[in-house]
Amino acid sequence: MNAQLPSIRRRLVVQLALVAALLSVAFFLTVRGVAGNATEQTQDSILAASAASIADAVYSDDGAVRVELPYSALSMLGTVSEDRVFYRVIVDGETLTGYDDLPVPSGRAGPRAPLFDTYTYRGDSLRSVVISRALSGASRPRRVEVVVAQTRLGLEVISARITGTATAIAVAFFLVATALSALAARNALQPLNRLAETMARRGPKDLRPVTDETPEELAPLVAGLNSFMQRLGAALTRSEDLIVEAAHRVRTPLATVRTQAEVMHLQVEKPANRSALRQMIRAVDESSRSAGQLLDHAMVTLRSDQLETEETDPGELLHDVVGRLGPTAELKDITIRLELPPEQTRVMGDPILLQNAVRNILDNAIKYSAAETDITVRLEPGNPCRLVFCDQGRGFAAADITRLPDRFSRGSNVSDVVGSGLGLTIVADVARAHGGSLEIADNPEGAGACVTLVLPSC
Amino acid sequence: MRYLLVEDNADLAAALTGRFALAGHVVDHADCLNDAELATRTTDYDLILLDIMLPDGDGRSFLKRHRAADNPTPVIVLTARSEVSDRVGLLDLGADDYITKPFDYTELEARVRAVLRRLGGAAANTREFAGLSFDSTTGMISAAGSSEQLRNRETRLLEVFFAAPGQVFSKSHLMDRLFSFSDEVSENAIEVYVGRLRRKLASSEATIETVRGLGYRMVRRE
Amino acid sequence: MRHACLAFLLIVRITAAGAFEIEESHLYPGGDTELRILSTADSEVFDPIIRAFQSENPGLSITYDVASSAQVMTALYREGAAYDLAISSAMDLQTKLANDGLALAYRSEATARLPGWARWRDRVFAFTQEPAVLVINEAALAGLELPHNREGLIALLRGNPGIFDGRIGTYDVRISGLGYLFATQDSRNTESYWQLTEIMGRLNTRLYCCSGDMIAAVARGELALAYNVLGSYARARLAETPGIRIIEMEDFVSVMLRTALIPQTAVATEEAGRMIDFLAGMRSRPELAAQSGLPPVDLDESDANAAVVRPIRLGPGLLVFLDRMRRDTFLRSWVSSVEQD
Repeated sequence: MNAQLPSIRRRLVVQLALVAALLSVAFFLTVRGVAGNATEQTQDSILAASAASIADAVYSDDGAVRVELPYSALSMLGTVSEDRVFYRVIVDGETLTGYDDLPVPSGRAGPRAPLFDTYTYRGDSLRSVVISRALSGASRPRRVEVVVAQTRLGLEVISARITGTATAIAVAFFLVATALSALAARNALQPLNRLAETMARRGPKDLRPVTDETPEELAPLVAGLNSFMQRLGAALTRSEDLIVEAAHRVRTPLATVRTQAEVMHLQVEKPANRSALRQMIRAVDESSRSAGQLLDHAMVTLRSDQLETEETDPGELLHDVVGRLGPTAELKDITIRLELPPEQTRVMGDPILLQNAVRNILDNAIKYSAAETDITVRLEPGNPCRLVFCDQGRGFAAADITRLPDRFSRGSNVSDVVGSGLGLTIVADVARAHGGSLEIADNPEGAGACVTLVLPSC
Repeated sequence: MRYLLVEDNADLAAALTGRFALAGHVVDHADCLNDAELATRTTDYDLILLDIMLPDGDGRSFLKRHRAADNPTPVIVLTARSEVSDRVGLLDLGADDYITKPFDYTELEARVRAVLRRLGGAAANTREFAGLSFDSTTGMISAAGSSEQLRNRETRLLEVFFAAPGQVFSKSHLMDRLFSFSDEVSENAIEVYVGRLRRKLASSEATIETVRGLGYRMVRRE
Repeated sequence: MRHACLAFLLIVRITAAGAFEIEESHLYPGGDTELRILSTADSEVFDPIIRAFQSENPGLSITYDVASSAQVMTALYREGAAYDLAISSAMDLQTKLANDGLALAYRSEATARLPGWARWRDRVFAFTQEPAVLVINEAALAGLELPHNREGLIALLRGNPGIFDGRIGTYDVRISGLGYLFATQDSRNTESYWQLTEIMGRLNTRLYCCSGDMIAAVARGELALAYNVLGSYARARLAETPGIRIIEMEDFVSVMLRTALIPQTAVATEEAGRMIDFLAGMRSRPELAAQSGLPPVDLDESDANAAVVRPIRLGPGLLVFLDRMRRDTFLRSWVSSVEQD
């Protein structure tokens, strides 16, 4: 297996989810930041208003500076939250009233412009404001500073609430976005899945270009696929052409040699010469037959590798082959008896391969049968489906029966007959490619042998 | 009978022509598709033997045109290509049979006979000698109102004698005609077939005579 | 109620430090754990509550010290006296204790059930709502039209100086924290407060430290009326005190919330919390409310007469009148109004 990359869909979903997560975090940070600022500003403005109202309540009475703390100055601080409140009124650096030790926010600010600070006082973090004003008294102007401070617990509560809400929204957004991403990824990849399904449904020999409508992103893939299939098709055709061509190249000169030998044989009278020429012709026949079967075998292997099955009538197939080999049998006055069941049968297979296998069996049977004998060809339908060929020839030597389907293996008792030993190998290969087998046995009805091509069903 | 042989290999063509002539058939030879077209246009043939790979094209295209023109002359294709892939294609294109090169002449002869027989034979193929009528295509002999079916080898043996009645044929010549080179048989086998033939010809005037030391010939019984 | 007092030790403790004064100290002996309560409420009022609480928590010894609200403040704010629970009617002082970090936070289911206005910062918990009322001697005011708002009261006083001269009672706000709370709330709520104070001053109003004394004086006929008396006390005395009548003003009623908090010095915080839960749940013990005469906090928060009945709001607003300068100014105005001699 190739190392598999993670699925595109998963990667797409993960990447979209990452984007969604980033957006969620950005959203969360923004909301918290903005809300945090807003609440802080709210507190600041209330603090400033409180300090301003106290500053306004400072008055000069008979040369003494007094302040009448307005009720609202402190109660307004209690409206938003339950924070602790501290205040201090300072006149010319001396505390007039309030908390003596409350620190004054440091820094410079314009007259009546609030100056803010954050510090820790009595164990809590305080937001504090100071407002200064000049009090024009009877004798001399006095400098009044009003400090109002408040703890930030309410702020924290609000902030926590906003954070909670922002978190909930961000999480919800993330979940929804991720779910939508998964959906989108599935939709986006549907054409790809469809293409994959289309390709998977195809037969091994179906090398037609893909013409389905595909999104433009898939166009290069489909184009590549089509070009690859075209090249594959061309390569397969080339292979078959090569075999055909090879057969022609080998057979044509052999045919010429054979013809000339034959012509010479007719003209020569001396028995020794005639015998030599006969030997020569037989040798030519042998090579020709071997070459033919080698090439047939190559073709069978090529086709078996990508078996393309179709419904075939085995009876018709047997009938064709018997008809085709009839003249050959006739030469030796051999009668072929074809026994077919009355009903039509069907087998799934490559008709060309099956025909080749059947022809090889029958060809062998004719070759090894004596003149004026019978060959029985019988179709036994069912599961399994049996194509039986029985002759009255010399049969197989017991030791050969398992060995014969091996490549180039010939029976030990047939040295006098031209043969390559590939015939039964081809048959066995074809049987295997169809999920069947080849059986070789003695003819139960006397002399000779029975060769059976067993197919799963018909 | 008159055959057209379309074959660019001159040696093969010459050998085949010679063999068919022995059986009393006339063979016209064309070594390219062009000549073959010309020949079929001017002459009616009983059979066409067609090679596939020819210098000016593919024999299959000739076959296609031949069948398209509704020409009834049977065609046997001589092919040097692979059996597996060509077989179906050739028969589909309208070939009556095909034979793979190199082939034994006796097999070609058998196929020719089978094709001609399948297509109903030709009346012209029946010959007579000494009151014996012989159809070499079907292997039927008849004499004095009775007819008998010869077996294949008997038919072919009788065919040799019918081609030249009275002529002496040596045992080896007869063997060449009767057996293929792959059959390992002794010359005595001829005597068996001659013996059978004599018995089947018994009802007619014709008989096979032994010419001692030379061979056999067919003569009118005296 | 007197016989009940025999069941426990009565100790009048003179504190060694002596800085703050305890009026009464009661010990309710029990287990080893001690719960020390500093309270402004009279021991008679709180006795049934303490007993009921102790019966539910038998392992507990309870010390109940009574002090004025000012003394409670002194004890807890200045001196860091060791108490586990402070109960006071002076909401402003309780608020200041919580604001200035001298109270511990406490949360429980019971406190969560309290309405928002009845707790502040999870430190100050209100468990009663006690209105300030006008108590009159029926005989003294016979034949007169009874006032039902402050304008009416001013008219009544102004119209009958003979009846009321020297026979009006109210809190001395200088010594009573509750009196000061009611007075400052009045001054906030109505323009006529100072007018009323002025007239009361002119009619030689007598000043009291406590509601109980005023009610007793009215009952005795020494006073024709007492203003800003704690309604809960008056109601509790009503049955045994013929001749007095309680009038709730119709323009507005200041409602004091009696509150409890756990001081920073607390040791038995868990027990103090349990006591707060107990007090907060008083509404579900009507018999206890009846015995003590303390009207529990209304959990339903029905706003039907919210415009008139105004619970004093807990919160930093209460700190305003504790401001020393503001207090000084207020008292100066008050004294100059009440003491016109």
